[in-house]
Amino acid sequence: MATEAISVRSLSKLYSTRDGGVTALERISFAVEEGEFVAVVGPSGCGKSTLLKILAGLLAPSAGDAYLRGTAIVGPRRDIGVVFQAPVLFPWRTVLDNVLLPIDVQGLGRDRYLTVALDLLALVGLREFERRYPWELSGGMQQRVAITRALIHDPAMLLMDEPFGALDAMTREHMNLELQRIWLGKKKTVFFITHSIPEAVFLADRVLVMTPRPGRIVDDLRIKLPRTRALDLMTTPEFGEYTRHIRGLFNVKGGLDA
Amino acid sequence: MRNTRNVVLSVLLFCASIGFWEGVVRLFEIPAFILPPPSQVALALWRGFSSGLYPEHLYHTLLETMLGFIAGSALGLVLGTAVALSRPIEFFLYPYIVMFQSLPKVALAPLIVVWFGLGLTSKVINAALIAFFPLLVNTMVGLRSADEERVNLMRSLAASERQIFWMLRLPNALPFVMAGLDVAMIFALIGAIVAEFVGAQKGLGMLIQSMNFNMDVSGQFSILLILSVVGLILNRGVMMIRKRVLFWDPSEKERIERERIGA
Repeated sequence: MATEAISVRSLSKLYSTRDGGVTALERISFAVEEGEFVAVVGPSGCGKSTLLKILAGLLAPSAGDAYLRGTAIVGPRRDIGVVFQAPVLFPWRTVLDNVLLPIDVQGLGRDRYLTVALDLLALVGLREFERRYPWELSGGMQQRVAITRALIHDPAMLLMDEPFGALDAMTREHMNLELQRIWLGKKKTVFFITHSIPEAVFLADRVLVMTPRPGRIVDDLRIKLPRTRALDLMTTPEFGEYTRHIRGLFNVKGGLDA
Repeated sequence: MRNTRNVVLSVLLFCASIGFWEGVVRLFEIPAFILPPPSQVALALWRGFSSGLYPEHLYHTLLETMLGFIAGSALGLVLGTAVALSRPIEFFLYPYIVMFQSLPKVALAPLIVVWFGLGLTSKVINAALIAFFPLLVNTMVGLRSADEERVNLMRSLAASERQIFWMLRLPNALPFVMAGLDVAMIFALIGAIVAEFVGAQKGLGMLIQSMNFNMDVSGQFSILLILSVVGLILNRGVMMIRKRVLFWDPSEKERIERERIGA
């Protein structure tokens, strides 16, 4: 593979405020290979959401370059799928219509994508729910609809911004397993943002560790744990080694608000 | 079981209060031009309907109300959309709108009648003028209230502003628009009646005026009764549409739930 899925070179982002400016990102550089699952972990305010918004084309950087699959990011593009922290479903659309939203927006023709949508809903375990409305689903089910929506137009890459942050711990673990299963089946590049260290280690091939003020990447950690990973893995010494190492980085940098 | 008991109780309560009213008027010999007994009101109602007098005037008032409601809401919807979507339009138009809104619109009725005559036109315009504002304001607020995250989602899909409007902002504004229609319906009725007070040849408002000159108080009561029933039916009509359109709205679901419990 000649080109990387994501390539970021000395990217900076400044927000101007009334009393000067805030540096959300300072000279960030990294690359993500095609098919790789990369997690970014950091405390709130470390600029990780800003980074994702830049990659999604929703925000322009102040300096530096960002490329997706070899082309510079100049705005939102259609070969990526984005999942936000909230499911962001439209209450007036059924589950199926919510999943088909990107198809409607991009004018791709519903007929051709109907079976794709139903297959994807089956993949996330929502096959009987396609005629329901979002309010009839639990939080975890809603987020699965959001993931299905991000996958419907077969994007090369998924950008996920703390997608399970609003879920309870049990549902969250279950969703982690689901996401791993979907990723192993689809082999798409996933760029996953989280503030949970175990979640990052459990899911990712690589973990980028970010600290705030200014937002910087302080470590790039390869997670050499075998797939398919089960929840039991979290209790193993190897797993503990990774999480302890990352937590240590935050303590040294004073990244966590005590 | 409980439900039938409640119905029986409320019917009993209604009969008791009517009986009380009748009894008090007869006992203290209150003159009919101050407070007529319910029996006389019922008689006036019966006479008015059987002679064909009330249906004719009712038809005119309803026609004025509906036309005013449709014209006023349509205009409010269009102008509200324009103000919400265009900064220049907002900048130049909004000060006048605010100024005009703080004015009690019923005070314009005499002018409207002078300008547009005693016929249907002046009533429709007056009704439309009053019905217009709730729609304008609610449409504006509704279109601007789209959730930032939802807008971001649409943007991330590379949606155009036009698509964001049709797929997100407009459906999102519907609860506000429906609430505006709810108010506008009753406002249109008020506008029509007030314009009829000022000067008209037909309509229930004009009938109230002429009965007032003739000291026909039981007649006036009978028309007030008709008007409240009309207001109730119009309001129910809007609510039925609302329930259909807004089946997905959380506040609407709450309302349906409440009605199901019978609270």
